[in-house]
Amino acid sequence: MSPAAAKKVRPKYLSLQALIFQIRLPLPGWVSILHRISGALLFVSLVWLLWMLDRSLSSEAAFERIRHYASLWPVKLALLVLIWAYSHHVCAGIRHLFLDLDKGIDLKTARLTSVMVFVVSLGFTAFLGWKLW
Amino acid sequence: MSRVVTGAGYGLTDWLAQRITATIMAVYSIIALVVILSGLPITYAVWKDLFSQGWMRVATLLFMASLAWHAWVGVRDILMDYIKPDGLRLTLQVCTLLTIAAYLGWTIQILWR
Repeated sequence: MSPAAAKKVRPKYLSLQALIFQIRLPLPGWVSILHRISGALLFVSLVWLLWMLDRSLSSEAAFERIRHYASLWPVKLALLVLIWAYSHHVCAGIRHLFLDLDKGIDLKTARLTSVMVFVVSLGFTAFLGWKLW
Repeated sequence: MSRVVTGAGYGLTDWLAQRITATIMAVYSIIALVVILSGLPITYAVWKDLFSQGWMRVATLLFMASLAWHAWVGVRDILMDYIKPDGLRLTLQVCTLLTIAAYLGWTIQILWR
């Protein structure tokens, strides 16, 4: 190997910039990474949800306080994000179960079902947001 | 054969458990959704009564037990993929297990108060 070739700098990892602006992740890829992100988010948020369940069942006064707390806009927004995370995780999970059975693995169907995951989970989030408040 | 210690099982169990627990949670979600959308005004009395029913307590516990197993497999997969130093990964895995145990214990406390 010539010294020049040995010295040649080769990229070892992708910069954040490349990841965000240069690589266009296909839609099934977005479903997949968001399945992970939503799962992790739900796991760490569980402490907050359990706290609300705990308070809401402890006494009538505490129940009313939680009801008021849940009507504050930042709390509503956070809850809506978690509703989205849960919906996305369930929809992507159902899609995954079909992939396990070798259903929908051709490119065209895989793209279509990815779109369906986004449409159903975002639509459901909007519906529940409208229904609950 | 030398194995890299990752803290995972090497069989079908986790794969299968992930799917079975997911199904249990999906069924519980449908029940919860029916209750929420039933149009019944959710007052403290209704809420308290719902969670004092035996079937609801058992269903909720089953949901949380499924979640515990499901989250363990999921979080562990994430840690195995992104956290490369063995010591740090094992520490985080132990923290995850402790968190799951705390979640489960707290749920039992909330349900059978």
